[in-house]
Amino acid sequence: MENIMQYITAGNIIFFILAAATVLFGILTVTSTKILRAATYLFLTLFCIAGIYLQMAYDFLAAVQISVYAGGVVILIVFAIHMIKGLGEDKEINKGQRRIMGAAAAIVGFIVFSACIAAHFIQSGVEDAKLDMTANIETNINMQTVGTTLMGTDKFQYLLPFEASSILLLACIVGCIAIAQKSKEVKK
Amino acid sequence: MNIPVASYFILSTLLFFIGVYGFVARKNLISILMSIELILNAVNINFVAANRYILPNLNVDKPLMEGYIYTLFVIAIAAAETAVAISIIINVYRQHKNIDAKSINELKH
Repeated sequence: MENIMQYITAGNIIFFILAAATVLFGILTVTSTKILRAATYLFLTLFCIAGIYLQMAYDFLAAVQISVYAGGVVILIVFAIHMIKGLGEDKEINKGQRRIMGAAAAIVGFIVFSACIAAHFIQSGVEDAKLDMTANIETNINMQTVGTTLMGTDKFQYLLPFEASSILLLACIVGCIAIAQKSKEVKK
Repeated sequence: MNIPVASYFILSTLLFFIGVYGFVARKNLISILMSIELILNAVNINFVAANRYILPNLNVDKPLMEGYIYTLFVIAIAAAETAVAISIIINVYRQHKNIDAKSINELKH
């Protein structure tokens, strides 16, 4: 009983609620037949994941998660849904072999991966390894640290990937315009 | 307030395979795109939890944040990928008048 009681703390309960909500909304995202509802569930999943980051005291990451994923990607998906006619329902999802195949692949993969994780944590003798949440609040990663890490050129600083991703974003903008442009052939 | 680090990995695994199920089972391209977002988020949780566990920033002047920065780049690339994917989907819709994954088979034959 003592062993169980040590796990029932406020932080653990909050984590459990967030994790359960994440998994529940994730399942609803992939099983919902109405596609706009699926997008809403995706939004809620991403929101719960932002909560998990926030609990780890990574507040900048949570803000990025909400503003880029929940605010950007989901809105983009919702716009795309509205632009495409006849996308209201996806009735064929509830029948057919693809569903059985997908469920089989997911369940087998989950069992294998969980067995790997359990075996690793038991073998290495760190099965009770924990994230110590309270000890790191004062050494939290703040905005200034993120900025210097992204813009520096020293070891463990990431200016080159930052610039590479800026070129990638430029290429994406140009590529999106080029792909989504109405060509004359389609227009007529 | 101590949370076992394995629980993050189990959560991430669950979310990953929910995404895999959606990727295989759904037919229309936007649902497949949403499943990919779930998979990427599962990977992000893994990165962040491992970063929190392995590098708890004992050195305050210059904290190590590999997983954190990786997650930032994954988010940036996922946003770019979504934009390109949606423009491709809209183009597919113009050509085929639907967005079933099965109807795109020009390269098959």
